[in-house]
Amino acid sequence: MSAQQQATFRIWRGNATAGEFRDYVTGVSEGMVVLDAVNHIQATQANDLAYRWNCKAGKCGSCSAEINGTPKLMCMTRLSDLPLEKPVTVQPIKAFPLIKDLLTNVSWNFRVKKRIKPFKPRPPDAPDGTWRMQQADIDRVQEFRKCIECFLCQDVCHVLRDHQMHDKFIGPRFLIHVAALEMHPLDTEDRIEELRNAYGIGYCNITKCCTKVCPESIQITDNGIIPLKERVVDKFFDPLGWFWRSLKRKSDSGNVNRET
Amino acid sequence: MPDYDTFEHDVLIIGSGGAGLRAGIEASAAGVSVGMVCKCLLGKAHTVMAEGGIAAALANVDDRDNWKVHFADTMRGGQYVNNWRMAELHAKEAPARVRELEAWGAVFDRTKDGRILQRNFGGHKYPRLAHVGDRTGLEMIRTLQDHGVHKGIDVFMEVCIIALLKDGVRVVGAFGYDRERGHFKIFRAKAVVLATGGIGKAYKISSNSWDCTGDGHSLAYHAGAALIDMEYVQFHPTGMVWPPSVAGMLVTEGVRGEGGILTNADGKRFMFDFIPDNYKTQTADNEEEGWRYTQGDKNARRPPELLTRDHVARCIVREIKEGRGTPHGGVYLDISWIKKRLSNAEEHIKRKLPSMHHQFKALGDIDITKEPMEVGPTTHYIMGGVHVDADTQMSDVPGLFAAGECAAGINGANRLGGNSLSDLLVFGKRAGEFAAKFAKENSHGEIDNEHVDMYAREALKPFENSRGENPYSVQRDLQDVMQHNVGIMRDESEMRSALDHLRTCWERAAHVGVTGNRDFNPGWHTALDLKNLLTVSEAITRAALERKESRGAQFRDDYPEKDERFAKVNTVIRRGQHGAMQVRLEPLPEMPDYLKQVTEENK
Repeated sequence: MSAQQQATFRIWRGNATAGEFRDYVTGVSEGMVVLDAVNHIQATQANDLAYRWNCKAGKCGSCSAEINGTPKLMCMTRLSDLPLEKPVTVQPIKAFPLIKDLLTNVSWNFRVKKRIKPFKPRPPDAPDGTWRMQQADIDRVQEFRKCIECFLCQDVCHVLRDHQMHDKFIGPRFLIHVAALEMHPLDTEDRIEELRNAYGIGYCNITKCCTKVCPESIQITDNGIIPLKERVVDKFFDPLGWFWRSLKRKSDSGNVNRET
Repeated sequence: MPDYDTFEHDVLIIGSGGAGLRAGIEASAAGVSVGMVCKCLLGKAHTVMAEGGIAAALANVDDRDNWKVHFADTMRGGQYVNNWRMAELHAKEAPARVRELEAWGAVFDRTKDGRILQRNFGGHKYPRLAHVGDRTGLEMIRTLQDHGVHKGIDVFMEVCIIALLKDGVRVVGAFGYDRERGHFKIFRAKAVVLATGGIGKAYKISSNSWDCTGDGHSLAYHAGAALIDMEYVQFHPTGMVWPPSVAGMLVTEGVRGEGGILTNADGKRFMFDFIPDNYKTQTADNEEEGWRYTQGDKNARRPPELLTRDHVARCIVREIKEGRGTPHGGVYLDISWIKKRLSNAEEHIKRKLPSMHHQFKALGDIDITKEPMEVGPTTHYIMGGVHVDADTQMSDVPGLFAAGECAAGINGANRLGGNSLSDLLVFGKRAGEFAAKFAKENSHGEIDNEHVDMYAREALKPFENSRGENPYSVQRDLQDVMQHNVGIMRDESEMRSALDHLRTCWERAAHVGVTGNRDFNPGWHTALDLKNLLTVSEAITRAALERKESRGAQFRDDYPEKDERFAKVNTVIRRGQHGAMQVRLEPLPEMPDYLKQVTEENK
């Protein structure tokens, strides 16, 4: 890329009732990302252009958008990876209601998080009043906790994007949140019944679209959702397991921990 | 004037980063109603970007560590102009605050025996930073967020506060607007906690988010509270310098903690040449010993790359100024060299520094396991802020509390890496606790509607002025002035000239115009943030002019040495009766004997 190169950005402008793509031409230089160009357009040509961004370092997950049709973080999408001989289209993510321009109402995600049973640790059992955990036992949970809540996985999940089943299905982001809690070595809460019913895990048919767009490369489907599905199956659809648990419940009625 | 949406809480928290969330959790636990206003979405505040770790003397990795050593390290790093009581409370309480995070679900990296792992960091004598790879801030904010949302806090996302409301001398609420629709809102509260973070956007090269515009500093100042230590702006030694679009983006000190070294264009490891006297006994004088330290040898002293940030940043600037910089105007930070020492170096680097590996690969085409990074100083943090009582975090204005980066005292003239996250937890908790107590002891005050109307009219002025200047132009010029005239190296004439430029910026800010309507209009938001940026920029410049010496983060070319006359004073900024900014020197609280002894014992 030469220092004087120009590129066209075709940015969606409008609100929930009306809108259109508008073209903005701006100078681009080596190393720039889409967010640099959009910030420059905002500062010089369109002060009222609405979108979210915070850290510009891929850590806060605010600047999600669809760039040339692909859900991405604007701050981590380099112009050198895009064909600049034609306009770069930038439009809002589609799984959530549009507010203005590239800005969508993602408040549903915050309400869903609140519905999920919080972390409930077992009592501290190390002599110093804390716990011991081995690194090998938390590697998986740490992978899930890398999530920056950009909601790109929610955006591409067809259960949410195409079928708009927001009232029945919590989406990949929150299945990963549940997985992080369920696989936390200290957690004692049981969320399996909710996974099946309130959280709607059965709607996921593991097309792995979510995994493909995750900017943190979390193996959402393989490492999170599939093991959770197995737990649901074990609890509700395995007759031997069911019989064994019913015996255990009788012999172990003082233990209200996991199987109530 | 139209009606405003009005909300009423016992305690209002302004800011939703580490300090705000921790304050909210504590106030809520005390049984009062809590409102929390965030400028962005919940969980996106600047805390999310913290990388290296939380400093706390858990002594999990080196059992010689304890609060006394942490206290002494903090005071030495701050050049002894810290508020001793805050440094004491911080060192004593940080371990409990970290363990509490674990009880709320945080998953820190582990030692071999299953405890919270701690890493080395600049200015800390022992490995002290509890961490999760290099994404500790994300772990902390997510833990607090996920815990906090179940505590009944009313969260108002994407709301900006433009003024604090007072009844007589007391703060009784705040006035602001929601970004989505531009509607004005009145928040009535018996106590208000400022937890708004930093001022990094007053500078051009900065590691900070767009929203670090000094809102809390400015709100407090205009409400009559004192700001102290505003001259102390921390320039982190290692920001990215290339490509230009990422200039300033942070490169964690954890790179050096894991064995990374700084070299100049000649390939020389220059930090060994400049070890300050008060750190000589603690610092390795050869490469072999430095390496052994990073690998956990308790008998080794730390390498000079892990000296304090103020010092390392100045050494880097000198290398560049004297012509030994890299092609893009930085120096080299190299972690890849450890492959000479470790057989699994590549895997080790990816495991300990995953975000750095990803950041350089994705944005700079650099594989840090194979080649060095180019780095240079970036505006990172302000030690100065709202003057608060050490125990309660209440400012000079009754009912107004402050915690975290927007409050001052704990860090003195220079903050040690890792002490910020622990500061947020320790003093966020205290602010929440004492704000709740204040709220229980006081009733709601009266809101002065005339004042509210005036703030609303002022806020809407840019709409009447659609041909006025573009607010982004004023913001850019202000950032240029601060970058060039009030940066790492300062002198009287440049700062005088900065004050002239800032005066012009104030005039221009009064006449900016915005296009479009009030629906999520970033041009308008930027216009309103200018007042905050200008207030903090002027405060930094005036305080830096007043301190005619070099100490910690303040380096004066015209007064390059420390001066005893300034060893026991804070600069204090207050709003004068007629609105002009006033600066004076006031004595520091005197450290009691038992703490003097602690610092002596840990010399």
